[in-house]
Amino acid sequence: MGFESIISVRGLRNSFGEQVVHEHLDLEVRRGEILGVVGGSGTGKSVLMRSIIGLQVPDEGSVTVFGESTLDRNDQDVIAIRRRWGVLFQGGALFSTLTVAENVQVPLREFYRELDHALLDEIAAYKVVMTGLPADAGPKYPAELSGGMRKRAGLARALALDPELLFLDEPTAGLDPIGAAAFDELTLSLQQTMGLTVFLITHDLDTLYTICDRVAVMADQRVIAVGTIKELLALDHPWIQDYFNGPRGRAATASVESADARAAARAEPGTSN
Amino acid sequence: MGPQADFSQDNVGGAVTLRFTGSLSLSCLKDFPDRLRAVPGKVERLDLSDIQRIDTVGAWLIHRFALEHGAQIDGLKPDYAHLLEQVAKADQQVAIRPDAQSPLVRVLGEIGAATTVAFHTMYGLLAFFGGACVAFFNVLTHPRRFRLNATVQRFEVIGVSALGIIGLMSFLIGIVIAQQGSVQLRQFGAEIFTINLIGRLTLRELGVLMTAIMVAGRSGSAFAAQIGTMKLTEEIDAMRTIGVSPMEALVLPRVLAVVLMMPLLGFYSGLIGIFGGGLLCWVSLDIPPVTFIQRLREVVPITDLYVGLIKAPVFGAIIGLAGCFQGMQVESDAEQVGKRTTAAVVQAIFLVIVLDAFFAVFFTWVGWG
Repeated sequence: MGFESIISVRGLRNSFGEQVVHEHLDLEVRRGEILGVVGGSGTGKSVLMRSIIGLQVPDEGSVTVFGESTLDRNDQDVIAIRRRWGVLFQGGALFSTLTVAENVQVPLREFYRELDHALLDEIAAYKVVMTGLPADAGPKYPAELSGGMRKRAGLARALALDPELLFLDEPTAGLDPIGAAAFDELTLSLQQTMGLTVFLITHDLDTLYTICDRVAVMADQRVIAVGTIKELLALDHPWIQDYFNGPRGRAATASVESADARAAARAEPGTSN
Repeated sequence: MGPQADFSQDNVGGAVTLRFTGSLSLSCLKDFPDRLRAVPGKVERLDLSDIQRIDTVGAWLIHRFALEHGAQIDGLKPDYAHLLEQVAKADQQVAIRPDAQSPLVRVLGEIGAATTVAFHTMYGLLAFFGGACVAFFNVLTHPRRFRLNATVQRFEVIGVSALGIIGLMSFLIGIVIAQQGSVQLRQFGAEIFTINLIGRLTLRELGVLMTAIMVAGRSGSAFAAQIGTMKLTEEIDAMRTIGVSPMEALVLPRVLAVVLMMPLLGFYSGLIGIFGGGLLCWVSLDIPPVTFIQRLREVVPITDLYVGLIKAPVFGAIIGLAGCFQGMQVESDAEQVGKRTTAAVVQAIFLVIVLDAFFAVFFTWVGWG
């Protein structure tokens, strides 16, 4: 196929006590793509993400990111890998005692102590603007921000180290449709600008249709299918059919088709498979 | 991570050109920003055709430099040019730090804010006390609304679980009083008065006071943290919407439980204190237990026990109210839970000690001294 895989999960098994979340789970994420991960509630999407970023130690299986295993490594190696990705948690997970600007600077201060204050402030400033936060958001504390702004601030922090790989856990959940669409566009433009690979967990069909290159479907404790939405629709799995052909799925398809002309005009080389 | 970011200076016919090499990305910068800043004079061209990689930080540095020196950027690959364009677009006037204030204004502001907070807290605590009283009378008139299970559950958490630590503490305090008292009184040959000291001090003052401090630390803080966290997760709001009064469901069981548990714990603490003191008297002063108890009955008036038992529920009410009140004051973030928990304990212990002083004066005045 000629695709370079950036995340590779093989034979993953996760369980909490008696309850098995993943069994024989395989997944490949290719460099430069936006991979959407969908699945019913409780199918272990977040657990999969936590296993990949090393917050959850799986019972079995291997996880390779950037060609290096993330399991059973010493702290130094893991930190070197962690510098190369950014994570946006569901609620933003901003440090509540720090301002937005300080939140963005935390990873920079941690890993690049040689950077001076002026440059740190400049970096925080342009990241704040790039993630679409208003100009006065820098000195504010997370408690003073709305849910949407908190997510943008979380994204700004995730992007602080200019990662190659970005994990987004339900970035548009809890946002109004306009805010969600704006966030999708932001993700897409950042991905194109910075050449990111994005691992995106979502329930938002619009997000899947508009920005995801491929979609991975989780069910029965594993990833049952990966492909473009067209490829998925051709499959005869009841959950997939219900998901994409339910009332909401059809609405999303319709709205995307009507916007197709615009999208085609705008499409940039290298973003479509 | 790629070669280090670097640049060289060329002078072609009076026009200065900076030729960049390596990877202009965060991990390869090292002293690059400082060296770039140190470039003197006018620079006409920035040649980026030899760079391996550039990320937003590199793009930002190039963008700033080009802007400051009026230099032209050449040789960028289309992808990188797009990145530079996006970064340039993000170059806007942005506030990063809160506005600085003069120290005088800040100090005055803080004094003012602290004063208002103190009065607001006092007012709030009074209002909360009132609210708790109203809830209590509501429950009295509608006994079916009383949450027996929640209250009894608190009995265990506040009372039974605390028996071990309060017992140990009281035992040690009894020993310390006896030991220190006997050392001092021996100078007058009045070691026998150690028994007066142990009996009166533990029953009247220390038993209840130390118990109150322990309960404030164990349970008052827990009330504040529990209710504060529930406030954060909007559980309290959910209760209100459903029509359950948080005052009746959360505050009343806790306050009632601590009010009922405090006299029991105080009494228990007094007994263990006397036991500890008696043990020391027996071991080191050779006063046998029989003599100790006989003497105790002669010198300790029963009013001392009453004093302790009257104070205990009042202290309990203060601890419970301060804990629940501070918990209810939590808003917005996790840091507040910590702050309010601290405030609950400090406030409870402070009020307990102030009230203890008032009680001392009062009981002397009524002739129970």
